[in-house]
Amino acid sequence: MPEHFDAIVVGAGPSGNAAAYTMGKAGLNVLQIDRGEYPGSKNVQGAILYADALERMIPDFRETAPLERHVVEQRFWMLDETSHTGTHHRSDSFNEEKPNRYTILRAQFDKWFSKQVRDAGVTLITETTVTELVRNAEGKVIGVLTDREGGPVYADVVVLGEGVNGLVAQRSGLRPELRPQHVALAVKETHFLPEDTIRERFNLSDENEGVVIEVLGSVSSGMVGTGFLYTNKESISIGVGCLVSDFAEKQIPPYELLDRFKSHPSVRPLLKGSEMKEYVAHLIPEGGYDAIPNLTGDGWLIVGDAGQFVNAVHREGSNLAMTTGRIAAECLVRLKAEGLPATEENLKIYRDALEESFVLKDLKKYRKIPKLLERNRQLFTTYPAFINRSMQAFLRVDGRDKKTKEAEILRGLKRARGGWLRVATDMVKVARAWR
Amino acid sequence: MTDKMNGTKPPKMEERLYQNRYMVDEGRPHVRIEHQRGGDSPELRALVNICPAGCYRLNEEGRVEVAPDGCMECGTCRIVCQATGELEWSYPRGGYGILFKFG
Repeated sequence: MPEHFDAIVVGAGPSGNAAAYTMGKAGLNVLQIDRGEYPGSKNVQGAILYADALERMIPDFRETAPLERHVVEQRFWMLDETSHTGTHHRSDSFNEEKPNRYTILRAQFDKWFSKQVRDAGVTLITETTVTELVRNAEGKVIGVLTDREGGPVYADVVVLGEGVNGLVAQRSGLRPELRPQHVALAVKETHFLPEDTIRERFNLSDENEGVVIEVLGSVSSGMVGTGFLYTNKESISIGVGCLVSDFAEKQIPPYELLDRFKSHPSVRPLLKGSEMKEYVAHLIPEGGYDAIPNLTGDGWLIVGDAGQFVNAVHREGSNLAMTTGRIAAECLVRLKAEGLPATEENLKIYRDALEESFVLKDLKKYRKIPKLLERNRQLFTTYPAFINRSMQAFLRVDGRDKKTKEAEILRGLKRARGGWLRVATDMVKVARAWR
Repeated sequence: MTDKMNGTKPPKMEERLYQNRYMVDEGRPHVRIEHQRGGDSPELRALVNICPAGCYRLNEEGRVEVAPDGCMECGTCRIVCQATGELEWSYPRGGYGILFKFG
């Protein structure tokens, strides 16, 4: 192994793999370091794979990647204690030659992705934790130290795809510690069922079609959060995530929240008879645009969750991770080709390229959403409950006249929000933050 | 383990974590508590409830203790206690700790 690399990539998740793959393909001499037994063994996601981000690097990924089901139906549920009201979008147009979204099992997918990275010529070291960055006298990052014996490893640039906790960057003083209101804690269980049972329960035509359910309302017990249920081939991923600051304040055990969700009358029949084979917990960066740390400096840059690249509104993260990893790598390949060093000044092209991409355009569009949700818990409590009560009143036939029932429902909302002005203000606030 | 939600009680934490794979680094816990004089902070005490792996418990003296063998390395405790200085938190040595099968 040569002592000096063109680049060191910390982490073998979607962002680190995308960066390493892109640089490897371009002929750079890359070392990638992951702390897991194999790439994927420390990684957690819901998980939905968005084909586009991967396709831009590996156009024929569908031939070999471990994919579960492609998504033909998206359900969105507003939950109260006993009911759900929602919308479904199902379309045969999702049954296309190259489907747009897939459910995946991250540990298996990452293993596959890592194989492509190594085939692209990247040197991978696993079971190794990067402990700190090495700098020269001028403060430029020139390598990393690990928990393995043998001293530092050097490179022209270090790509930090180390995940949401961002410990290396943080302990090297490159970024501040995460704030509890900028990260969600999600817990998830993987429940196994026979493939044909999943097909029947979710009204699917074959083992390749899948359903995604996103859930808002009582699932988060008054906290800022959502629940989800994804169909894999022979399993169901079910989870719930809420802001860490809310968990700390409310002190609700996350697994109890998940158990409540699983026992909800709308969910229980979907899981009946299943066998739970894994329970995981993971943080999701949800602070949005304004929580993005400094992304570049002399000899380093940040990609993926470590850069807070998650679009919480659309539940997109792995595609932003892959895209930031790829774009960072393309910038480094360009600098290398032009014979320019990875200085803070030269790495500005990375930030510029991100601003031009959907990554920062989308995060900028929703930059007001995190604060809006944090300050308006009624969006998770009052409104979902109101919608379910309204549906009940609308559908139940009980001898009372419709006008009286409607008036009751509206009075209920007015009382819950303390006046119509508040309701109107809520609507304006949401519309503004969405723009 | 068959799902116990169908009419009976939810699984205990031990049953839940039993499904996971771990490589425990014996004698080298990656999370340690540095107890402060004057008692544990509300942040540290909150971990007894909100750690998703139930690693934190109150001992007989009413102090918070941590046993991170079942830790899923999410980082929640680190973030909640960042200002109190009561936690010493690092990732386990390479290869040790949780090993996700499905992730």
